[in-house]
Order: sequence, then structure tokens, then C-alpha cells
Amino acid sequence: MTTAGAQAPADRWYPWRRALEGALAPMAALVLAWLAFTLFLLLLGKSPAEFLDLFWRGAFGSWFSLQNTLQRAAPLLLTALCVAIPAQLGLVVIGGEAAVALGGLAATAAVLPMLGAPSLLVQLVMALAGMAAGALWIGLTGWLRAKRGINETIASLVLTYIGLALFNHLVEGVLRDPASLNKPSTWGIEDRNMLGPIPGTDVHPGLILGVLACVAAWVLISRTSLGFAARVTGGNIRAAQLQGLPVHRLMIGACVLGGACAGLAGMVEVAAVHGRANASLIAGYGWSGILIAFLSRHNPLAIMPMALLLGGLGAAGGLLQRRMGVPDATVMVLQGFIFVAILASETLAGRIAWFQPRRTET
Amino acid sequence: MSSNNLFSRRTLLAGSGLALPALLGPRQAQAADTTIGFIYVGPKDDYGYNQAHAEAAALLKRMPGIKVVEEEKVAETADVERTMESMVQLDGAKLLFPTSFGYFDPYMLRQAAKYPRVQYRHCGGLWDRTKHPMNAGSYFGYIGMGQYLNGIVAAHATKTKKLGFVAAKPIPQVLINVNSFAMGARSVDPSITVQVIFTGEWSMPVKEAEATNSMADQGVDVVTCHVDGPKVVVETAERRGMFTCGYHADQSKLAPRGYLTGAEWNWIKVYEDFATKAKAGHAPGNFVRGGLAEGFVKMSPYGPAVSDAGKARAEAAKAEIMKGGFAVFRGGLKDNKGNVVVPVGKNYAETAIELESTSWLVEGVIGSTS
Repeated sequence: MTTAGAQAPADRWYPWRRALEGALAPMAALVLAWLAFTLFLLLLGKSPAEFLDLFWRGAFGSWFSLQNTLQRAAPLLLTALCVAIPAQLGLVVIGGEAAVALGGLAATAAVLPMLGAPSLLVQLVMALAGMAAGALWIGLTGWLRAKRGINETIASLVLTYIGLALFNHLVEGVLRDPASLNKPSTWGIEDRNMLGPIPGTDVHPGLILGVLACVAAWVLISRTSLGFAARVTGGNIRAAQLQGLPVHRLMIGACVLGGACAGLAGMVEVAAVHGRANASLIAGYGWSGILIAFLSRHNPLAIMPMALLLGGLGAAGGLLQRRMGVPDATVMVLQGFIFVAILASETLAGRIAWFQPRRTET
Repeated sequence: MSSNNLFSRRTLLAGSGLALPALLGPRQAQAADTTIGFIYVGPKDDYGYNQAHAEAAALLKRMPGIKVVEEEKVAETADVERTMESMVQLDGAKLLFPTSFGYFDPYMLRQAAKYPRVQYRHCGGLWDRTKHPMNAGSYFGYIGMGQYLNGIVAAHATKTKKLGFVAAKPIPQVLINVNSFAMGARSVDPSITVQVIFTGEWSMPVKEAEATNSMADQGVDVVTCHVDGPKVVVETAERRGMFTCGYHADQSKLAPRGYLTGAEWNWIKVYEDFATKAKAGHAPGNFVRGGLAEGFVKMSPYGPAVSDAGKARAEAAKAEIMKGGFAVFRGGLKDNKGNVVVPVGKNYAETAIELESTSWLVEGVIGSTS
């Protein structure tokens, strides 16, 4: 929130400088993280130049690598929204992992009673079921926070363990396909109901859904009165209550929306990748989403490049292991440096005078 | 901002320039060598499932004309498809070993259909000639008899007559191992019981430690396991003064006092054969299986705590197994609820197809599959 409202017309470059500040700070943080990581590599006796070269080739350097990156980024767009949307109200919700799994399971279960129906209808029902399951699960966290005053971070974390246990119980119990002997799975959703790749690529349509969801979330948050109300609540909850804003409904609503995004990610995993629900759905997308949401400072538009960066690190990670003989954990070290540097860079926000609104009285 | 801007164009060019000479060498070598890719679901040094494969891969690297590329901690999702494709596209791999059970369907099958000139061999025994492409295949080992020998050695070491088994999931492969361990122990002394605890996950160190500790508290004095990395179980047991029987790989270093013996994979047997065929331009076998007798499985050397009587009994049983066709699960066998699970008149050797849908725990095992 800026306090420069009254002078704003005079300083018309201020919004641009503010945007520039928002973009430059994380970039500087990335450079800093890279420098720290360079030291780490040199200590290991590995060449940073070779690392960069392989990173580029593994993540973006060829059409194959770029698709690899996009494929990995796709589910992260939606799971990051599961954190970023409630974060507008100041809620730190970290339960996306269970919402993905339960979303995928609900999407699969929804197919069973409608075998033989037209594919498009089946896919639509799957998406709705996945979103509903995710919305319900994260919405529960929002409800506990709003109505019972339970800390939403702890509630969502604990509900994640319950959700995953429920998922395993159902997949290994009533919903299990008895033919899946050594890897318990549900029944398949039939091949004809699978979502095909985006034409001309190997990337599944989850990428398009993710981008659309990010843009929609941005519009909702920064261009509607509902989003404004949410941000006011996030800024000062008491003030929002005094203004008569429906704080509780906003909280639950934001959690429901975020959960729906994560549930949709689970549905896409089932419909485009696995064809059934099993332990493969619990692949850490929910956890990575938290990282990306914080890296992008809960700005839905910034989620896209950040997901691309982490997707790229994942895509290049394999090549780095194979060519440089470094363990998988090396990429985790770089991720750690980036995370710490970007979070630390937030303390700089508003401290450099040049980016601040100018006074016109002088 | 976009991650393309993560590095300025100048650093990037400098980076490529510096790295280029270093990269030319391996690339030229690649043209002559046959590249083989290994993919692991966990870390290569987990003292368990993945290490068993990685140790064999390390031996394979010494073969002339073979280049090995490896990638660890690859999830059983679209990730493994991208990894396989990356090995084919960027490393020129001709033969791939995705070693985790969950890599097969649909991930490896899709890749095999997409790249018909690359050979894919999956560890897990799922390949079916009538359904799956010919450039795919599977190999697997029968390790149940290794657990049977573990049971015999454990029976000679236990004083409380209570053995423990930390298991991941109640699926057929795991249940066969629990049952074999119990049968081995009870072949020595039928009063022995085996307590089984399922952790629910292939790798869940906290629960594995909890299970081992709770067994120690109940008086169990020999423990074995079937989880991806037995490290936690073996270390915890050593600390609690229990004996251990290993699984997947050799864990004797983790328990120099209490390690009795262990059932280990000997994958180099398979990989050497496959690599030789690939180098000669032939397709490796599509469906390869074997146990102790075929050299797919081996036993860890006996630890200091094993008695001479235990050794003699285990060696005698091993000699029987090595003849082939040894059947532990014999007609009239009951599960721990009293139901007859092997019909009278039938005997199941380790290769019996009926065992592949095992859903029961034999008499003498304390625990339940659900």
C-alpha cells in the first residue's frame, strides 16, 4: 500500500519505478545466489562455467530441453496459486500436497460411474471433481482459521498428513484395482479420456490451464473489488473488519480458490500423465508450489517465470548429474541459495530512496 | 522477470567457451562407446535398493566400450519419462535401465513406443509379450530364498524366540519375503514368532526407526526389513543391541557387531549379460528372471555373531536351494488366521505364479495385511 496517493498525479513515473524495483530486487538476489553457489562449486572442485553451460543446455538450450522445462513447470503453476491466493489475506497455507493427491483421486473416482460417456464430458466432470476435492480440503483449513481461530499454517500442514493417509487408505483399500499387485492403484480412466498433449509439443495442457489460472488470479487480485477487499484484509485485518468487509468469507473463499487450483493440478496429473491415481501423485508438487509462491512474492504473474526457473533446474538436474558427476542434492543447494537470497532481498523493499515517490512541494 | 535473464548473455558465452574443450573429449568417445543409462528412484548410496543397482552400474563402467550415465532421485511421474528421453536425446543412450518398480507403466512403455531403436529393460518382471513392445523387457530376481536363509540364521541367534520384520507395504513381493523369513526361522524352531510392522511407505525413516524401537521394547532380538533403504533399521537395531539380517545390499558396515547375514541383489550378473549383447548390436533378453541358484541373488558374508550350528544349517539349506526347484510353501500350509493357503498336494517353489498374488501371512507371523 502506498501512502503517496495524494501526490501521485505529480509523480507519474512512480508506478514504473515501483515495478522496476519489484523486478530488480529478485534479479539482484539471483545474481547473489549464483555467486554463493559458484563458491560452493569451486570448493567441490567443479567448474561453474560448465555448470552454467549444462544448465542452459538441459533446461532451455534445445526444443527438447525447453519442453522438458515447461512440462515440469506446468503443475507448479497451479500449486503455487494454492499458496499465493490465500497469501493475499496474510494466510500462510502449506497444504497443497494433499489437495493435489485428493484432487487426482476425486477426478479418477468421478470417472467410474460414467464409463462410456463422451470424453469431453468425462474430462469436464473430472476437472470439476478434482477442483471440488482440493477446494474442500484447503477450504477446511480456511474454515478452521476463520471460525475457530486455529493457526492456518499448522492446520494445513497437519491436514496434509491426514489427507495423504486418507489417499493411501482409499487407493490401497476400496478404490484399488485388484490387478495392481505391487503398486496399488485405482482403476484407470480409459485411454480415450486422457488429455492429449498441446498440438506440436509433448507438453500436456496443464500448462495452458496453469497460465490461464495465473492470469485470472492476477486479474481477480489486482483488478476487482473482491481482490482489493482481500488485500485490505491482508494489510490490516482489524481495519478491514471495521470497514465491514466480510473477512471470514474472504478467508474461506481464498482457501477454496487456492485449493481448487491444486486439485485441478491433481486432475491434470491423472488425466494427462498417469491415467490412474496412485502414489505417483504424491511427487512433491505441493511443496515446490510453496517455494515458488514465496519466490514470486505471491504475485500470480511472477509465478510463471519462477515456475519456469524451478522447472528448468529440475530439467537440467539430470544432465548435471550425468555429465558433472555431482549428486542430485547439488541442485537443491542452488535452490536453497536462491530461496534465501530472494527472501532476504524483500527487506530492501522501500529502503532505496530513488524508487520512492517524489514530493512535489520542492 | 524471466529465468532466461538469470544469466546475462555475456556470462553465458564465456561459460560455453570455457566448457567447450572439456566437452569435446567425452563426445568423441561417445561415438564409439555404447551408452547405457541407469535411473534410480532414491539416492545411489542408500545402503539398499538403489545402491544394489548403483554398485552393479559401477562395475559395468569398467567394461571396455561401455559408457554409463546415471541419474538418482527421479520420481515415478512424468519426470522419469523426461529423464529417459533426455538420456536418449542428449547422451545418445542405446540401452536404459529404469530400476524402480513404478517406472514401467505408463512411463517406460510410452518411451519404448516413441523410440523403437532404443532398448528398455525394467527391473520388476512386468513385461508381457502379448501386450508390450519388443524393445522393452523386464528382469527380476527371486530373493525370497535369501530371506529364508536369513530366517534360519536368525533362528540360531535369537534368545527370546521373537523376530521382527519392518516392511514397507503389504504387497505380494514384500509378503513373500516376510513369509520366507518366518518359514526359515520356524524350520529351525517352530516356537519362533515373527512380528511384522508395515510403515506404509518405501522410504519413511522416522517410522522405520519407530518400528524397530518398538520391537526392541517388546523383546524382539533379531530384526530384518524390506524397505528401500535398510540403513535406519540396521543402525537402530545395532544401537538397541539387536541382531540384524540385511536386505537389498550389504549393511555389515552399519552394524559390525550385530549383522548376521543378508539377502543381497547381484545385479551385475544381469547387467553384464545385457551390456555385452547391446555392445554386439543384439537385443538383450526380454524376460529374465533368476534367484540364488542363477546368481541373481547372493548372501552377505556371515557376521561374527553367527554360531557354527547356524552356519552349518544355513549352508545345508543353501545347497538344497542351489539345486533348483526348492519349494518352501508346501501343500496344507496355513496362514496366521488358520486358513489353508496352499492346497494339499501342491508345492510352490519360488517361481510359482501363485505366489505372485500372495495376500496372506503364514502361521507364526504376528501382524495383519490391512
